[in-house]
Amino acid sequence: MAEPLIALEAVGLRYGTLDALRSVNLRIQAGERVAFIGANGSGKSTLLRVLHGLLPPTSGERRQVAGVEGRPLRIAMLFQRPFLLRLTVQGNVKLALWLAGVRGDAGRARCEEALQRVGLVDQALRPARALSGGQQQRLALARAWALRPDVLLLDEPTASLDPSAKREVEHLLGEFADQGLALLIASHNLGQVKRLAERVVYLEQGRVLADVPAAQFFDGAVLPPEAKLFLKGELPW
Amino acid sequence: MDAFVESLRTAWLLILHADAQLLRVVGLSLGVSGTACLLAAGLGLAGGAALAVARFPGRRGVLVILNTLLALPSVVVGLVVYLLLSRSGPLGSWGLLFTPGAMVIAQTVLVVPVVAALTREAIADSWKHNGEQLTSLGASRWTAGLLLLWDERLALLTVLLAAFGRAISEVGAVMIVGGNIDGHTRVMTTAIALETSKGDLPLALALGMVLLGVVLLLNVLIALVRWWATHHPGGPATDAVPVAGGAANG
Repeated sequence: MAEPLIALEAVGLRYGTLDALRSVNLRIQAGERVAFIGANGSGKSTLLRVLHGLLPPTSGERRQVAGVEGRPLRIAMLFQRPFLLRLTVQGNVKLALWLAGVRGDAGRARCEEALQRVGLVDQALRPARALSGGQQQRLALARAWALRPDVLLLDEPTASLDPSAKREVEHLLGEFADQGLALLIASHNLGQVKRLAERVVYLEQGRVLADVPAAQFFDGAVLPPEAKLFLKGELPW
Repeated sequence: MDAFVESLRTAWLLILHADAQLLRVVGLSLGVSGTACLLAAGLGLAGGAALAVARFPGRRGVLVILNTLLALPSVVVGLVVYLLLSRSGPLGSWGLLFTPGAMVIAQTVLVVPVVAALTREAIADSWKHNGEQLTSLGASRWTAGLLLLWDERLALLTVLLAAFGRAISEVGAVMIVGGNIDGHTRVMTTAIALETSKGDLPLALALGMVLLGVVLLLNVLIALVRWWATHHPGGPATDAVPVAGGAANG
């Protein structure tokens, strides 16, 4: 098996007296589509942040591949409520590219391509914060995608969107995943997980209780009792 | 009552006829306080943003001191700046005492804590909610601090207007370090104090009315900025990337 892009070995994370993650072992391969599911407070969002490197583990080890095609690993993250600066739509994408070192003509071209991709090119000069919720999430997706990430982390990316905006964002995520980037999504939406993921990691109280192919997860045969309850909609709180 | 009405009438005439003495005093007041606020903006915005995003030992102590300095009496600032700039003081060789330069320094010292403390509060709040997202985009703490300064520019504009209001309406510090010298360091507040003590109420009232007008204008501007920020969530947006060089500007 190829070297994983990101690997967690017995990772734990404590917030004061609370164990947000307990002894998590995980390997993320290139191009994988992994969904993290579990009840509120189960550690999904924390796990995404540790995988990104935003939160250092308090125990265990996080490792990432030294390089991909001769350059450092690129990781981008999409949050439930994206923070867009008081700039134009294209200004927000250009800023992300600028921070990533993509400047000048290359930055302009990449920005236009990304906005084209999410259908916002005609809104390029509008203030980003004047966009609707769905458009803002698409812009955040364009901003993340413009960075050409190897790993795209998504923290409840459609939780605050209406059904039509949800469908649009999900469709884009499917397209991006088809291009070979690893897609890691924390979601409560089992339908979305079924449509997007090929591997499901079930968390409860900071522990990984199941890490199985999506088909097996939804089949339910090999799951621990807690995950089966979750699947039935009887959330364990 | 007649004397008051008569003084008011004369004061209006002084304003309407653009009295030279009045204009000189108003001009110097605006110049000194405006310069002090520009300097305070440079120091306070950078310092406030740095305090909002930086974590270092003793930070809480610095914040307590900064918040204490918000209530700094202007006469104490005047006294300290006077001691520093007096002939026997460490900065006596600059020869600034009883000049507008000394008044600028005193007012800058007075309003830097106001700008820094209010900036820190605005940026810390934004950092708490959005810092992680900026970090995920690859921004360092310092870059994120600069970006948040830019992003909060409307809120910070009201901070600067409030700081200008504090500077232009103080009297103690400029009286001590400026000396209230006619035609040289006399500003609106010191002139009002002097003319009142001399019994020249029309000039004092005229200056008081101009000062009130300036403060009223500032408050109207603050209200307008707040209205704009509330009613235009997206604007004023710019295409320029607000970091060094604006290299990503299309």
